[in-house]
Amino acid sequence: MATTADITPMAVAPTGRRGTAGLWSDAWYRIRRDRLTMAAIGVLLLIVLLSAAAPLLSDHFFKWAFERQELLGAYAKPTLERPEHLLGADEIGRSQVVRLLYGGQVSLLVGFLAAFFSVTLGVAVGLSAGYFRGRVDDLITWFITTLVSIPGLYLLLIVSALFRPSPFTLIVVISLLSWPGAALYVRGQTFSLREREFVVAARTLGASTPRILLKHILPNIMPLIIVLAAIDVGGIILLESALSYLGLGITPPTPSWGNMLTNASAYFVRAWWLVVSPGAMIFLTVLCLYLVGDGLRDALDPRLKGAS
Amino acid sequence: MRTYILRRLLYAIPTLIGISMIVFAVSRLAPGDPIELYTFGNPDITQEDLARLRAAYGLDKPIPLQYVDWVTRVVRLDFGLSIIYPSQPAAKLIIDRIPNTLQLAVAALILQLAIGIPLGIIAALNRGRIIDQITRFFSTIGQAVPDFWMGLVLIIVFSVQLRLLPSQGMLTIGKDQWDLADRLKHLIMPAAVLAFGGIAIYARLLRTEMLEIIRQDYIRTAEAKGLSHRAVVAGHALRNAFIPMVTALGGILAFVIGGALVIEQVFTWPGVGQLTFQSAVAKDYPVVMAGVMISSTLLVISYLLRDIAYAVVDPRIKVE
Repeated sequence: MATTADITPMAVAPTGRRGTAGLWSDAWYRIRRDRLTMAAIGVLLLIVLLSAAAPLLSDHFFKWAFERQELLGAYAKPTLERPEHLLGADEIGRSQVVRLLYGGQVSLLVGFLAAFFSVTLGVAVGLSAGYFRGRVDDLITWFITTLVSIPGLYLLLIVSALFRPSPFTLIVVISLLSWPGAALYVRGQTFSLREREFVVAARTLGASTPRILLKHILPNIMPLIIVLAAIDVGGIILLESALSYLGLGITPPTPSWGNMLTNASAYFVRAWWLVVSPGAMIFLTVLCLYLVGDGLRDALDPRLKGAS
Repeated sequence: MRTYILRRLLYAIPTLIGISMIVFAVSRLAPGDPIELYTFGNPDITQEDLARLRAAYGLDKPIPLQYVDWVTRVVRLDFGLSIIYPSQPAAKLIIDRIPNTLQLAVAALILQLAIGIPLGIIAALNRGRIIDQITRFFSTIGQAVPDFWMGLVLIIVFSVQLRLLPSQGMLTIGKDQWDLADRLKHLIMPAAVLAFGGIAIYARLLRTEMLEIIRQDYIRTAEAKGLSHRAVVAGHALRNAFIPMVTALGGILAFVIGGALVIEQVFTWPGVGQLTFQSAVAKDYPVVMAGVMISSTLLVISYLLRDIAYAVVDPRIKVE
């Protein structure tokens, strides 16, 4: 077995050549040379831009509002002749492509905001559990074990069935239920970091606990928190789409990629292409987010390259 | 070993208490209390009747006492009667569905192991070659595909277009219950979809673990002793690589039990998830609570079995 060849040459070369470059510029340097990650970033930016430009595109290019119906055009096939039927029309003749763009706004908004809040919450909880240990840690660990012992969708199911979800409540609910992953990770990291010399030194010098946590421990786990966040956005978009598909997430007439599939069984025979496009958008977006997450991890911590 | 298992059993108790507290809290946040739900639309009910009924069911007591009442009934599997299916105990409705969900989950688990393990080994042994790239590519895809969508696409291809497989249910109505071929036909698509994401997780994990282990000193020693490459991989590397796979099993079980809810809905598979979902839509709270509580308990039991399996494959664990 060629064991020494497994050490990636990339990891050594840039730092060696460029001397005192910081973590972030170093990472950026590596990402730029990682074609797959750059492609994923490009596609992701395109999806975000197109979704953000949905009102402009629907007014000026497709000339078709997302709620506009035309019963005669129901189940229209995809065609290049009418721009609004680029991806066909649904069962009440709404333009699939325009709804897809608006749906992107909702799905991306929920994904990014909920991931931001859940990771923030997870980091806060994980830092406290890891640093204070003892009773605080026991309590937090118990709570996390409890939360992860309820199959995720069941918990979302009861909560969404009780509160009629709007994008806002959905963000709150998903954030409140999906932080344990980040918390467990940060807790583990904090456990080992708090015993390191630089933390002990800071404590000896009389640094306050918040200062140690925020200035000494947090910066050290920040790179991997960002990786975690990128992957979380993808996971949450998947979760939101499943909930919306079940009719418990984003409720019509607001389109989301998930709820555009709620009536999928009505399309099976007449218009299979209506099933393909929303799912393909979810898949493409989540795939790019995972690839970016992977690429970021490789760039920020080259030792992990190729791991998992 | 016995003390280890006993201790793990004890650890499960606070988790179950925690779950029951969350489920109870959520049920009390529900708009309208159970009495209003049961008597809804009955014009003869007066305010005094409502108050008397509340007192009879203990709903006028303080919340902590209500919780204790509720828990003492729940441990006897008494979740009350279903609102939608009158005079049916909620717990019975859910428990009747457990075999169906287990059938789906076990089939998915077998598929994951049967495909994920060989895939991971092949990828690790051919690191960097085209087969490894393909495996990595598919495992990333496997995690990014929305499972319910994959189910819909499979239905379109195999049921609507090719007319090969049935798109819903567990068996063809009217056919012999024990027609195994018919059951397998119904099982294959939902199980494959449910397994898909997990296959990727297993393959990637095993690959990483194998690559890590192959660098270890004892592998070099084994090679130096003159053992064949095959013997080293099978006897030393693989056995150790399986240990973290057992841990991953927990996450995968959660994934399978939670994911089954959507897949059951896509394929109208009469499982626990489907019933819980439909009850949530119909606001049949007793059944929803029973569904959440019972499926969570299933998950806690799965975690417990995982930890015991972990101790069996890795004796170091018991000592801690």
